[in-house]
Amino acid sequence: MNSSTCLYAAHQKMGAKIVDFSGWDMPLHYGSQIREHHAVRRDCAMFDVSHMSVVDIEGCDAQAYLRYLLANDVTKIAAPGQGLYSAMLNDRGGVVDDLIVYALPRGFRLVLNCATGDKDLVWMNEYAKGFQVSLQQRDDLAIIAVQGPQALARVSSVVGQAIGDKLSTLKPFASIFSRSPQTMSDWQFARTGYTGEDGLEIILPSSEAEGFWWQLHEAGVSPAGLAARDTLRLEAGLNLYGHEMDENISPLQANMAWTIALQDSERNFVGRCAVLAALDEGPQDKLVGLLLTERGVLRDGQDVYIEGCEQPGVITSGSFSPTLGYSIALARVPAEAGERAEVMMRKKREIVRLIKPGFIRHGEQVFAATANG
Amino acid sequence: MSDTPKELKYALTHEWTLDEGDGVVSVGITDFAQESLGDVVYIELPEVGDKLSAADEAGAVESVKAASDIFAPVSGEVIAINEDLEDSPEIINDSPYGDGWFFKLKMSDPSELKHLLSADEYIESAEEE
Repeated sequence: MNSSTCLYAAHQKMGAKIVDFSGWDMPLHYGSQIREHHAVRRDCAMFDVSHMSVVDIEGCDAQAYLRYLLANDVTKIAAPGQGLYSAMLNDRGGVVDDLIVYALPRGFRLVLNCATGDKDLVWMNEYAKGFQVSLQQRDDLAIIAVQGPQALARVSSVVGQAIGDKLSTLKPFASIFSRSPQTMSDWQFARTGYTGEDGLEIILPSSEAEGFWWQLHEAGVSPAGLAARDTLRLEAGLNLYGHEMDENISPLQANMAWTIALQDSERNFVGRCAVLAALDEGPQDKLVGLLLTERGVLRDGQDVYIEGCEQPGVITSGSFSPTLGYSIALARVPAEAGERAEVMMRKKREIVRLIKPGFIRHGEQVFAATANG
Repeated sequence: MSDTPKELKYALTHEWTLDEGDGVVSVGITDFAQESLGDVVYIELPEVGDKLSAADEAGAVESVKAASDIFAPVSGEVIAINEDLEDSPEIINDSPYGDGWFFKLKMSDPSELKHLLSADEYIESAEEE
């Protein structure tokens, strides 16, 4: 029996095609994933991401615990509401999960991937031994992401100007806790997202989520499903757990070196030794973006052939870019790869261009038009 | 269940066939197929003049999510292709049985139509997938 979010009835009313996503019945699209994708780039749309796990951590050792558990350093987020992207590593330096950690007025809040939620909790409880902390899984919360250039304006029109004014001054990865004008319950508004556009992720009580969802809809926000979420994050060059990284991939192989805080040499964290060893060794491979301007769609798992390299690379996420009108991918390739490669497609080998991951941000193409340009 | 018009004949591989008379059939993919594929972004069609046997590969349809081959439901010569699909493949999602037709065949053996599925038989086979 699959789980469903508190917005399931709303998805059905809106004509969603529901699919199984890691044991959750979730909306894949509401008619057309491409239209939903364009809505986010050009206007805004809302996603139900309540399947993600929220875990609140309290106790006098909460900070010390997270400094040991996470590869990024939570001392960077002092003020309540501040958020930080981090990996959680294993002893071998592989990625157990990637997450956002927020400072709460008391303690911290972790937002983790749904597919890894149960595994994460076992992992986190194991490492909690010896620390004065309590972990509370917040199944009573929902998350609605409103993403796109009009996201803040539309959300403000629903929650009122007082909160709207505060939202407009929020920096990326910052959040505010605000009382809902109707119920006075605590909502968290974070200026985060997974689309490459401006927007908010709003964490609120499940019991109030459907009412808010319909209010947003009345304010002109259309729904978007997981299919659009995937093409949006791919265009933005953002990693997806289980694709660009997993327990056997070092964050260094997934362009996440910036999230490993090594400044404080006194701080030990899970995976630190393995990361230092990998840094010493130097990279064997790299994560790149691929462009295929010919017809056809690059797919996960296809081999990427680099001239002069015996071992092919592999596509970790491949799809069609609705914004560009052709196929793009993320791929892990040998470190010596240059600007061109060949991919074995369904029936033919095609030449692809290699770029740094990242295709579209804020509606605009972010890579140079030509290899030399 | 998706829309499955009674007047059409179907192949297990999700093509529909409409008998247009004079030994000519038009061919497309079913509503069930377009719904499973999601937004179509590329299409490969046969060429006019191609001679196909039943079950021959006749083209391909590729969506954001997946790619799928198109097979000739019956044998015959391709006498027309729907060139609009090349530039606007989304027509297949919007109108799988109308403007989203793929190609027309002049049948070499009209008796082959008998081997195709009725709407009910097709629904049954598609539901088993």
